[in-house]
Amino acid sequence: MTAASVRRWAAPVVLGVVALAIWQAFVVGAGIKPYLLPSPTAIVEQLLLVVPLVWSAALATGMNVLVGLVVGAVVAILAAIVAARSRMADTLLSPTAAALSVMPIVALAPALNTMFGTTSTTPRRVVVSVVVFAPVFVNTLRGLRQVQPVHRDLLKAYAATPRQITRTVTIPGALPYLFTGLRIASSTAVIAAIVAEYFGGLQNGLGSRITSAASNSAYARAWAFVLGAILLGLVFYLATLALERAVARRQGG
Amino acid sequence: MNAVEARGVGKVFASRSGDVHALEGIDLTVAAGEFVSLIGPSGCGKSTLLRLIADLDTPTSGELTVFGKTPQQAREAQDYGIAFQQAGLLPWRTVTANVELPLELHGIGKAERATRAAELLSLVGLDEFAGHFPHQLSGGMQQRVAIARSLAERPSLLLMDEPFGALDEMTRERMQTELVRICAESGAAVVFVTHSIPEAVFLSQRVVVMSPRPGRISAVIPVNLGDERGEDLREDASFFAAVTAVREALHGTPVTARGVDLR
Repeated sequence: MTAASVRRWAAPVVLGVVALAIWQAFVVGAGIKPYLLPSPTAIVEQLLLVVPLVWSAALATGMNVLVGLVVGAVVAILAAIVAARSRMADTLLSPTAAALSVMPIVALAPALNTMFGTTSTTPRRVVVSVVVFAPVFVNTLRGLRQVQPVHRDLLKAYAATPRQITRTVTIPGALPYLFTGLRIASSTAVIAAIVAEYFGGLQNGLGSRITSAASNSAYARAWAFVLGAILLGLVFYLATLALERAVARRQGG
Repeated sequence: MNAVEARGVGKVFASRSGDVHALEGIDLTVAAGEFVSLIGPSGCGKSTLLRLIADLDTPTSGELTVFGKTPQQAREAQDYGIAFQQAGLLPWRTVTANVELPLELHGIGKAERATRAAELLSLVGLDEFAGHFPHQLSGGMQQRVAIARSLAERPSLLLMDEPFGALDEMTRERMQTELVRICAESGAAVVFVTHSIPEAVFLSQRVVVMSPRPGRISAVIPVNLGDERGEDLREDASFFAAVTAVREALHGTPVTARGVDLR
């Protein structure tokens, strides 16, 4: 590892350690009550006790995120392809995407719980899909429209059919945009999946565990699940970031 | 049959601030196998003329035929190969896959594509880079790939729009020498747009000098330097004489030509 990359990794780690030390010193020194703010060591203690539980809760929530992300992204990509091809579809879909992106989708969770039943994971997955739709749609559509003039001329010179143009130029050119959209969507998808669990329904995910631990006054345990939520968000972010980078590199970026 | 025949060709672009006469009264014949350069200052319509021949734009007046067909028929029949100032390679395809692109689009089988691409890459001296991606190549190499691609279907007409415009002088001269060799081997007619006088002279059998506003042909200079054009030609007196002739034709345009748009 080079000195530069060590420094790049070390700086945030050092900052984190210092922040944790200050947190610990503050809680212990000022005698803060655990229900106000538990100390990092107390949280880690709890985390070690409930690791299997955090793991299974993270898996349950992670599954909701994954399914919602895939469904939302597929629908968004198809919609973007339709919008790129037809002006009318564009005038219908683009405002819809804009409306969806400003709507607080998680607020729909209680209504969806009633609709699909409280023992179903469907409402959460629907919430995630809807949240994912807008960023993936907007970015993919931009990518599909980004065909370079020289490529357009070239394909016209080759008398390529519209289908050939789509396959050889439009779709490969839109991929980096799609993956950027997916990366942006992934973090909001995790947040949406967790917050959707706050509104009742199945008690198997991170969000449910956080609320139930908090309502049982097990504050350090609630924080342990929050830590799990942070790690889950990080996993999705890094995975989509890696995908985005891989595609960008293939494109010579 | 002539490769290109233009009779009174004009092109008017409608814009918000009025019509722009990009080309007016263009008469030009390019014989089969002939190398013709179009030269002139920016805005003289040389690229527009090339795009009309390629059927990437349509003329607003006059008559234009490519091998006796309309430009559209010629384009659909793949009678020409084309290269632009930007190499325009698809960044997600390897060098080989880029050269194979036109063949692939026209349903040529895999094995034949591979053979042809290998042939073309050795023609432009890039065999070693077959598996590379465009961003791993220098600008000159990318442009060579683009030229290989334009030759993929053995066109009888090559349209080139300042293909060496973005290259440094040394690479440029090497590419010119290669192009002369490649064209001699393929026997294709070439319409070559450039704004470099020595380049036009070195490559062409005829240099078409154009002037702007509206784009017109102001002179056609024959270059009789023979078919053998090696590096030593660049220092030959006959080469300089031809360069001078083209330069005078370019700059000797009466200044009153400006007044033409007052018509």
